[in-house]
Amino acid sequence: MTPLLEARGVTMRFGGVTAVQSVDLALREMELRCLIGPNGAGKSTFFKMLTGQLVPTEGTILFRGTDVTGANPHEIARLGVGIKTQVPNVFNGLSVRENVFIGAARRKSMARARQIVGETLSRLQLDPVADRMVGQLAHGQRQWVEIATVLAQEPDLILLDEPAAGMNHAEVQRTAELIREINRTQALVVVEHDMQFIRMIATTVTVFNQGQVLMEDDVEHVLADQRVRDVYLGKQAA
Amino acid sequence: MRIPANSLVSGWGGFIAMVAAGLVLMFSLPQLLDLFGIVQMTVFVAMAMFALSQGFLWGYGGIMSFGQAAFFGIGGYAYAVSVINLGESTTPVLIAILAPMIFAALLGYFMFYGRISDAYVGVITLTVSVILFELVNSTSGNEYHIGSAQLGGFNGMPGVPPLNFPGDASSPLEPEQTWYAAMGSLILVYVLLRGILASRFGRVVVAIRENETRAMLLGYDPRLYKLLTFIIAAGIAGLGGCLFTNWGGFISPTVFGLTMSAQVIIYVLVGGLGTLLGPILGAVLIQYLMIQAGSQNVVDPNLGLGVVLVAFVLLVPQGIVPMLRDKLLPVRKPAPQNAPAGKAVEAGR
Repeated sequence: MTPLLEARGVTMRFGGVTAVQSVDLALREMELRCLIGPNGAGKSTFFKMLTGQLVPTEGTILFRGTDVTGANPHEIARLGVGIKTQVPNVFNGLSVRENVFIGAARRKSMARARQIVGETLSRLQLDPVADRMVGQLAHGQRQWVEIATVLAQEPDLILLDEPAAGMNHAEVQRTAELIREINRTQALVVVEHDMQFIRMIATTVTVFNQGQVLMEDDVEHVLADQRVRDVYLGKQAA
Repeated sequence: MRIPANSLVSGWGGFIAMVAAGLVLMFSLPQLLDLFGIVQMTVFVAMAMFALSQGFLWGYGGIMSFGQAAFFGIGGYAYAVSVINLGESTTPVLIAILAPMIFAALLGYFMFYGRISDAYVGVITLTVSVILFELVNSTSGNEYHIGSAQLGGFNGMPGVPPLNFPGDASSPLEPEQTWYAAMGSLILVYVLLRGILASRFGRVVVAIRENETRAMLLGYDPRLYKLLTFIIAAGIAGLGGCLFTNWGGFISPTVFGLTMSAQVIIYVLVGGLGTLLGPILGAVLIQYLMIQAGSQNVVDPNLGLGVVLVAFVLLVPQGIVPMLRDKLLPVRKPAPQNAPAGKAVEAGR
């Protein structure tokens, strides 16, 4: 069966620095995959290649068998890929409702878009702040607004870059629940380096280190692996 | 659909009130003013149309054109050339709107699809207006003509026939009727822009101004939206240029000048960026002040304009309309739950 998303020998070089080196990765339909690794491991660079924000130096990226290497971000998005970036990318000067509406509105009737907006706002418990300017919300809430906007797009694959960054404990927990809930209907790739969070959403984990895939296994095996501990957990053990 | 709480004048009530006020002005001014006053108001309206173009492009599209006068001038010249050739003004008015739009489509295609940065959009538009100024300025010989229309170089084109009743070249509009035509089209363009901004297209345009990356990641192609915004704004500027030419029966290369492009930016800044009413009010107010300043001999009017601009940037940086809205809105609007104090009205940046 054709994977939902597939990277073949993807390499990214910035001048003399190789940020990502011949990475292979395949994601099934409806899969939840975490990408972890220490800072500078190449997670975010890899992520940006998946979303079209960077064009790989070598290799190909396929979405349901279609080559999307070097495609514009909006073209990738149109194939059914929803993207939440690391630094929240939201429409700060617009209300929460309007943010979500923009996510929902493409190629849908206004009535359908409005319906999606209503559903998404209540799904993410954003109703109380629906008419507030996003720029005035707390960081955690802005993260959810971005997730809501992405969900309103009704993508088949959702890419989340550090969704729990800067959230407090309760917020992290809710985000984890949300991700599991989303995964009932959609595939997800989650880039994180918060191990607590990874444990909460327990799934297949791909470990990046120095631009390469160190290992790929389910979360228990990854956490038990000595090499992973060395490159990653060992440094963070506290 | 709930309207985003970003503007008093974008609500239905505000919209109807605005149009009503416009219509009242349109029909009452000829009763209140003498002929000279009406003629003067007509040119104010032509410049207000120009300001509306800049205000829409900059305030909503987030595209900073330093050479919007290029489209104003193309519109003016397109009208002059075609009305001299055709004799009847209906088609020339359409040409005055379409010619700048076509030019903007070409220019905009290379700018937006070439993904140049915002600053360079400013530089390129500025340069284009300067090139057009130089180009038209150097067409003074008899050999420079389009059909029977002599371009006249720096002397401009005098004796441009005025608007006439559609289809009837033998009945030109009287000054009062020209006023109705000008003010009527200003109201029409205002309504059109409101409609655009309320549509999905307009909302995406504003979203792209807020965050281009996010819009792109949602599947919208910012290049296309920016290009269309640029084209619409060019058509409006062209209509302004057409009204301007028609007002004096004259057009010269100064319409392409830096002064024109700079003035319209000042109108928008003073009136309020991110509003449609602001640029209109800004244009009328500044022109009125300039004329008043010109009738005294104490200070140079341009110096006065500079002082007004500096004062505004320092004291009312958001412009007149947003300032009034901030002052009035908390009283007028029933406070929604968790409403942030007064500040939620920021429509532009």
